[in-house]
Amino acid sequence: MSTLEIKDLHVSVAAEDGAKEILRGVDLTIRGGETHAIMGPNGSGKSTLAYAIAGHPKYEITGGEVLLDGEDVLAMSVDERARAGLFLAMQYPVEVPGVSMANFLRSAATAVRGEAPKLRTWVKEVKGAMSELDIDPDFADRSVNEGFSGGEKKRHEVLQLSLLKPKIAVLDETDSGLDVDALRVVSQGVNRYRAAGDVGVLLITHYTRILKYITPDVVHVFAGGRIVESGGADLANELEENGYVKYGAGAEAAS
Amino acid sequence: MTDVVSGLAPELAGANRGAGLVPVASAGERFTSFDVDAFEVPGGREENWRFTPMKRLRGLHDGSAALDGTAAVEVAGAGEGVTVETVGRDDARLGEGGTPADRIAAAAWSAFREATVVTLDGTPEPVTITVAGPGEGATAASHLQLRTKPHAEATVVLEHRGSGALADNLEVVLADGSRLTLVVTEEWADDAVHVGAQHFSLGRDATLRVTSVALGGDLVRISPTVSYRGPGGDAELVGLGYADAGQHLEQRLLVDHAVPNCTSNVLYKNALQGKEGVPDAHTVWIGDVLIRAAAENTQTFEFNRNLVLTQHARADSVPNLEIETGEIAGAGHASATGRFDDEQLFYLQSRGIPEDVARRLVVRGFFGEILSRITLPELRERLEAAIEAELAVTGA
Repeated sequence: MSTLEIKDLHVSVAAEDGAKEILRGVDLTIRGGETHAIMGPNGSGKSTLAYAIAGHPKYEITGGEVLLDGEDVLAMSVDERARAGLFLAMQYPVEVPGVSMANFLRSAATAVRGEAPKLRTWVKEVKGAMSELDIDPDFADRSVNEGFSGGEKKRHEVLQLSLLKPKIAVLDETDSGLDVDALRVVSQGVNRYRAAGDVGVLLITHYTRILKYITPDVVHVFAGGRIVESGGADLANELEENGYVKYGAGAEAAS
Repeated sequence: MTDVVSGLAPELAGANRGAGLVPVASAGERFTSFDVDAFEVPGGREENWRFTPMKRLRGLHDGSAALDGTAAVEVAGAGEGVTVETVGRDDARLGEGGTPADRIAAAAWSAFREATVVTLDGTPEPVTITVAGPGEGATAASHLQLRTKPHAEATVVLEHRGSGALADNLEVVLADGSRLTLVVTEEWADDAVHVGAQHFSLGRDATLRVTSVALGGDLVRISPTVSYRGPGGDAELVGLGYADAGQHLEQRLLVDHAVPNCTSNVLYKNALQGKEGVPDAHTVWIGDVLIRAAAENTQTFEFNRNLVLTQHARADSVPNLEIETGEIAGAGHASATGRFDDEQLFYLQSRGIPEDVARRLVVRGFFGEILSRITLPELRERLEAAIEAELAVTGA
């Protein structure tokens, strides 16, 4: 069973008037088999947490630790983190013109699994995973995310999740921009991933609607760059009714 | 076919003259001559020289290059249906493909001592022609003509290697109904300078497929001109260039549609990878397409894409479409220059792909469209390997 430990994490970004602190001491532990939801108002730093864990160069870690099964994640390069078992489903997946989805998926699987998947089983595996997410087989020949709609991009993030089978997956607003049908398909994909192994999920969302499909074990409220309250699934219901007003005082604009 | 183009804008009225037996030039109205002295010595500010680093031309443009070296031409694989001749300057066939349109092409024409003429008939096996530079510090002029017999179908690989400076003309004269697949590689040593004019002349219903691969050399400037002698001609020119630090790769194309029912398709892709402290990696792509008044039912498309992999790189791209008749099947042009940016790198790395592999994926994907046109597997694999090697040299 894997464990991701985030201890007193402080993160800044470079701004015009010097470094700006966005995360102000985040403490969070996610164990295999658990699903945590992080909810919070826009600008509370939720996405920064996701990108900092993945190692985006824009974010500077100014304090704290991130450990995956005791290994220092912050000392790893971006690709090393992924190979160690971390995955970030991005809110805005990046277009990579000229690289076909098929080629990209195979390269990623080769890197993460440490060897090239056997061609025959791989083709089958990809086809199956695509059909589970209602992705047209033609997408395999298209450039990575190029010209994809918002919903198509999200499906492909979950497709990668299902093929790369990380130990811990961070899903950053995977529900945003999805219609109800797409939300259901994407959520089912995440649930299949959860069911298939002893994996941890950190679900970052602004809205509660995805939590109707993916039931969290723990809900955290994020405001002002840290977790201000944690509770069970019913905390989400309370947020749905009352919004983030109660936490608004501590929330400074940050993105 | 009509002689008069109706509804022509007043400023284009003169274009009607192009409908006659002797087409009047327009983009077209560029000066051409076999005589080097008919051209002014370019200073570098002229439209057709403004992107070229004149100081690195080794004097090919101003007469200071002696052009007394030898660029050896070797023909391999010349079996049945292939005739290889070495001919003097007075051979009547020389010049059929076209006339030099800049001073260096004219200088090459004025200086070459003997020309190689390769005639292709029937369906010969692929022929490989290697042109070697004159050696470091030397300058040379050379001349090569490829000809097809009517309805011939042939494949020619033309490789450029070695050191020194070369000015040359390549004539490709396609007979009616013939088909030529030509792969031209620029695999020069680091010091080499190659300024080449390519004259493609297509007979009635002739088909030309050219793939150009520019990898080596200090400065490589190639100016292909496509002209059609009869209707039904079909030309496709695709190319790739990989400019690394300090390298200047220039492609200047003119497709001259002067007769009806012809097709042209141009696609060039360049990748650039510069380095601090050396001159920019520089690519220049000029794509001129001229559809003269007589060239009704022309179908043409030209496209240039550049991928800037690093800083210290500069891609110039100038697509230019001149249309003198409204009676065309289709015409389009496009140019796009993009950067391999940090976000793309982050995305690929976040899926476990190491940085060097990510970079290779992007470049391979980018060039795949061009390399896939090369049907000779060994050649394609060698060029793919050469590109990988370029990536490894300057890659992260």
